[in-house]
Amino acid sequence: MAILVFFGIVALLVIWAIASYNRLVGLRNQVLNGWRQIDVQLKRRHDLIPNLVNAVRGSMDFEKDTLTSVMDARARALAATGPADAAQKEGQLTQALGKLFALAENYPTLKSNDNVKMLQEELSSTENKIGFARQFYNDIATNFNTAQQVFPTNIFAGMFGFKPAELFEITDAGDRAVPTVDLARH
Amino acid sequence: MNLYEQQASNRRRTWLVMFAFVTFLFILGLGFDAFYLNVGGGFPVGSLLALGVGSVSAVTSYFTGDRAVLLATGAKPIADVVAAASDADKLKLKQLDNVVDEMSIAAGLPRPPVYIVPDPDPNAFATGRGPGHSSIAVTRGLLDALDRDELQGVVAHEMSHIRNLDVRLMTIVAALVGGVALLSDWARRGMWWGGGGRRRDNDRGSGGGALGLVFFVVWIVAILLAPLMAQALAMMVSRRREYLADASGAELTRNPMGLAHALEKIDAAVAPTQAINRGSAHMCIADPLGRQANLREDGGWSGLFASHPPMAARIAALKEMSFQR
Repeated sequence: MAILVFFGIVALLVIWAIASYNRLVGLRNQVLNGWRQIDVQLKRRHDLIPNLVNAVRGSMDFEKDTLTSVMDARARALAATGPADAAQKEGQLTQALGKLFALAENYPTLKSNDNVKMLQEELSSTENKIGFARQFYNDIATNFNTAQQVFPTNIFAGMFGFKPAELFEITDAGDRAVPTVDLARH
Repeated sequence: MNLYEQQASNRRRTWLVMFAFVTFLFILGLGFDAFYLNVGGGFPVGSLLALGVGSVSAVTSYFTGDRAVLLATGAKPIADVVAAASDADKLKLKQLDNVVDEMSIAAGLPRPPVYIVPDPDPNAFATGRGPGHSSIAVTRGLLDALDRDELQGVVAHEMSHIRNLDVRLMTIVAALVGGVALLSDWARRGMWWGGGGRRRDNDRGSGGGALGLVFFVVWIVAILLAPLMAQALAMMVSRRREYLADASGAELTRNPMGLAHALEKIDAAVAPTQAINRGSAHMCIADPLGRQANLREDGGWSGLFASHPPMAARIAALKEMSFQR
């Protein structure tokens, strides 16, 4: 009798462990997928930027510095290695783009150009998508981390090689500050 | 109520509404058998037919109710609208398209197809049976009146309806409430036309005169009250949900003021949304009938049968979320 009870308890434990393991795997895949969604949007932004720069180049000829700094920031973002580095470079690219948009406001020809407006809409939507993808990633990553850290799952989560997912944070101190854009013509 | 409780409650209520609809039809059929045919000797054709038709239409509504609702409002897929649009208009449509993309990313749901309802009054609704099988429709007027942030707020509100399965319940209610009203009308007309003579026949044929009379009264009351009850059910279903969808929509955009401003603009436009009829009023972000229309049609019932909470209360709740009074 005692042996039966013992085996019963062991069987229950094994079933619980399998269920928890599978749940963690499912959550981990969701987190990975969420991460890729961010990448997709970042890639889309990199693809859109040359179009925008070409479209505005004619009208904004004497803002060459701004245009160059956007293209440089894009090149640096493309060459970034690792998530932390990428986050910082992408942040700089966002700032450079923000400055370009703010300056474009000074050019009536640009403001009324449908092509430029469409590109601006696409780019700001992509910015939003990056933001929302990060927001969603942080939400599911938090779920994943909580699932690993609650008792009793925490006992074996580490044994099976589950690691807490890194949350998206603003890495650059400059990004935390409210951006200041100099609207005066140079 | 968290998301899973909302989903579970919506699943349960969808079943309940479908069950109530089939039961109502069955009672209609029973009455038909009792009063128009001879129930003792004859085969219960009416009851069986009603049961069959009821079940089939409930299941059909579950799977195709969204298409019926979209068809009834004359909504067109956004791709068709874009093809015939001017350049400035294309930008606005692209904005809507992008905003839907953004909100499906934020909610982590598959992107729903987008439809435009050709109506100048600002309004919007979602229909379908859940994530992956739903659509979002906005009116032309909404697209023209709102800026990007406001549009985002409205789409987020509709996306929350999809995520917490409100769409499922609301679509089935829209499809079946219309059916109940129609059937009740038919049954009533049938009674005036041929009820009297046949009923005497029936009293002569079967023994249970008193019992038959009681059942007859119940039957008539059921027929007369059914549309009213169906309407009340639809309204009860939607009122509380609007607050919830407002709140979870704001959670998606992290910008409650976008939706608050959108609601202010929608409220300011008093013209009723003509393209959206009474049967699907409860699905919309704002009551498409407008206050005047509601009063006229229901003659004083408008308070009890209001499909939406007062706009001022919704806007105040949203403003409180962003610490603005």
